[in-house]
Order: sequence, then C-alpha cells, then structure tokens
Amino acid sequence: MILIDNISKKFGTLTALDQVTLELKGGKSYALIGPNGSGKTTLIKSILGLVVPTSGNILFDEESILNDWKYRDKIGYMPQIGRYPENMRVGQLFEMMKHIRQDKPKFDEELLDAFKLYKIFDKRMHALSGGTRQKVSAALAFLFHAPVLILDEPTAGLDPVSVEILKEKIVHEKQMGKLLMITSHILNDLDEIATEMVYMFEGRIQYSNTIELLKAETKETKLNKAIATLIRQRELLQSVTE
Amino acid sequence: MTRIIKYVFYDILRTRFILFYTAFLMVCTFAFFQIDGDFGKVVLSLMNIVLMAVPLVSVVFTTIHFFNSYEFIELMLAQPVNRRAVFLSEYLAVASSLCLAFVVGVGFPFVLYGAWQPISSLMITGIFLTLVFVSLAFFASVLTRDKAKAIGIALLFWFYFSLIYDGLLLWVIYSFSDYPLEKLTLTLIAFNPIDLARIIMLLQLDISALMGYTGAFYKNFFGSNLGILFSLSLLIIWVLWPILFALRIFNRKDL
Repeated sequence: MILIDNISKKFGTLTALDQVTLELKGGKSYALIGPNGSGKTTLIKSILGLVVPTSGNILFDEESILNDWKYRDKIGYMPQIGRYPENMRVGQLFEMMKHIRQDKPKFDEELLDAFKLYKIFDKRMHALSGGTRQKVSAALAFLFHAPVLILDEPTAGLDPVSVEILKEKIVHEKQMGKLLMITSHILNDLDEIATEMVYMFEGRIQYSNTIELLKAETKETKLNKAIATLIRQRELLQSVTE
Repeated sequence: MTRIIKYVFYDILRTRFILFYTAFLMVCTFAFFQIDGDFGKVVLSLMNIVLMAVPLVSVVFTTIHFFNSYEFIELMLAQPVNRRAVFLSEYLAVASSLCLAFVVGVGFPFVLYGAWQPISSLMITGIFLTLVFVSLAFFASVLTRDKAKAIGIALLFWFYFSLIYDGLLLWVIYSFSDYPLEKLTLTLIAFNPIDLARIIMLLQLDISALMGYTGAFYKNFFGSNLGILFSLSLLIIWVLWPILFALRIFNRKDL
C-alpha cells in the first residue's frame, strides 16, 4: 500500500534518513522502533508529506506522493506532540476538522465518547494538559475512518485507563484490516498491537520482519527482551567486524 | 480553499488588531479633516501616513500572524489539503483583511465629508502598498523558522524601501550630478514600491513639481496617464514576485 523507495533526508549536515527502503502492506500493523533521534518521526513525516525527502520517492497505492495531497484522505495521523491553534476551543477544533474533511458521511466518534471529550468542548486548547491533548490527537486520528493509521507515540503521557481504551481501539481497528504504523518506546504496548517490526538506528532500517520471527530468532518470548537481544547481537557483530 | 480562508479570517478577527488598525486610520483621517478643510491638503498629509505606516503595519502584522498560525498550518498540512491552497488562503485572508481595514478606515471619513474625487489614488496606492508588503512579509516568513529573525527581515524590507533606498538614490544623483541621470533614476525608482506609490499619488494630484527633479522628469517623460499605468504595472510585479517565490519555498519546506 505504501512503498518507501530509497529515500534520504538531510537537515543541513545531519542525515536523518539514509537510503530507507520499506514496504508497508495493507492489513498489517507495523511497530517502528529505535532510539531517540533515529529518524522514526522524520520517516513518518515524510510519508505525510510534512517533510520533503532530499532524494528518493514514496508511493501510496502506486502513485508518487511528492506533488500529491489527496492521498492524505486515507491517512489518520496522531502526532507525537500535538500542536493545535492555541486559542481554539476543543469543540471548535473538532468542528473545523470535520468541516475541512467534510466529504466523509459518518465520523468515528468512539474515542470522543470513551475519553469523555465532550465535557471539555468549551475549553481552549492552551488550557489542556499534555495527556488531554494526546486524547484530542487520538480522537482526531480515528475520526475519519481512514484505512491507514499512523500513530507516533500514541500512549506517551496517557493515564493507565486511557492507555487501555486507546489500545482496545487500536486492536479493534487492526481487526478491521487497517494498515497501522505505530512508534513507541513502551514495547509491552506494541507486543499486543503489532505483528511486524521495523527497527531503525541512525537513519537506517536495521531490521524489518515479523515479530514472531524475531522472537524465534532471539529465542525470547517477550518483545522487549527480544529487541534487547537483537541490539546486543548487532553490537557484538559490529565490534567483531571492527 | 474557501473553508480554510474562513478559519484564517476567523482567527484574524479574533485578535482585534485589524479593528484597532481601522480605528487608527479613521482617527488620523478625521484629524486631518479637522485641521484643514482643503481636501487636497488632507490627501497630501494622509499620503505620508500611507507611505510610512501602511507598509510597516502590513509587514509586522503579517509576520506575527504567520508565525502564530504555524500550528494551524501544520495541522492542515497533515490533512488532505493542498499546500498551495493553505498558503494562498493565508495570503488572501491577511491581505484582504488589511486592505479592507485601510479602505474602511480612510474611505469612511472621506465619504462622510463628501470628498469622492481625490480619494481614488489614495485608495489604489494604499491597497497596492498593503499587497506588496504582505507579499514581502510572507517571503520573509518562509525564509526562516525563527519568528524574531523573520520579523527582523521583514522590518529590514520596510526600512530599506522607506528610508535607505531614497538615501542611496540621492547619493547616486548627487555624486554623479555631472552626468545625465534621468533614465537611470527612472530605472532605479522601479526597484522601490514605495517610490512607485508616491509617484502615482503625485502624478494624480498634479503636484509632481513638488517632488523635484525626478518627479518633474517622470511627468515629462510619461505624461500623467502613461506614468500611472507604468507604475501600476510595476507595482503588480512587486506584489507577485515575493509571493510566488514564497510559495515555491513553502512547497518544499519541512514542518
């Protein structure tokens, strides 16, 4: 569904993405993992067209996204740090987003109900706490029944109850056959959600396969242990070759 | 696109700055009418306000607005919305609200005093100067991510065109006064939108002799109508190039 074809992104002298090639298939859920500054968010922003790659191409349903914008109709995006017009009320924000993407006949307001966001509809965005802001971001990402969901650290900053609500929602969407791409540092969360794993390090994709296979390869049953083992193995390999 | 313009408008109206600007222009115009009943003199006094204040307000307001709506722009660009549409909506909303403030603020007192005649050139130059400097401010805004830097660049544009450029022009004329400079000054004036606006007003008011050497020559060279037409088309170029460059940069900008 999404084909990332050999893209690189340089910010000045810093190379954020280094010849990344990756295929995301519909109906699968991908966990994007890597240390801070490994290029996860840059990769996601490239898919959304918020960052323009220095070289390479991205295809969405076999069409290049570089000068296109209509494909974003099929993407629900939850940013890592939700930045919204600070003076807008929560209700106005939702109204505006519905108005901008108004070709949808029905909206998915499940999360609005579950997070009880109706109660804060008259609050202004700048008055919201970090967690509440995350809830707003999450509700907006799911609002449009988009077949592709890109969630950048969805559970960061949420309280345990809300994390469960959101995870349930994500699993539900996954079962409906949507393409999911999730980054997180809380690997236990990903264990329940994702089936594929993409491990990034210093702007390159170091490992991309199913989580099952990773667990088998590393002889671990938990995702976090498996990844730790993977990283250790890589480091060992590196020190030997050096 | 109209949907986005609506929200940008809403945001602009909410800050109330535009209302203050309108009120300021209105108070100035009324004050000049109180001081002198002669419409010609009122227009002349207002001209100085228009040539200095309108570009300054346009530049500062536009840059601040652009950076204040950065979040809105970011939010929109993650949606199925064309980048060009977002950018042009911002431009159209800012430019039209500033123009509207100018037309109402200056125009209303004139209408009240029944002075229809001398107002047209004032309106045209005011609107064009607003458009030009909003364009330049958008250009400054997309050049950098830093709000303070962008305002600095935008103010530099204003400072350059309203003060420094004239100084340089005078210096050129003074130091090369032994040579025939008519054509040169004429060309040099085309590179400053504020000078162009001034020429339009002076040609219209038929007091170009007051502008001294260049004004007289301009009048002589073009005659009133052709001169105005020439300056207007140059001003249109001045509106277009900064905003087109800005759009190009914005289309490739990382958010």
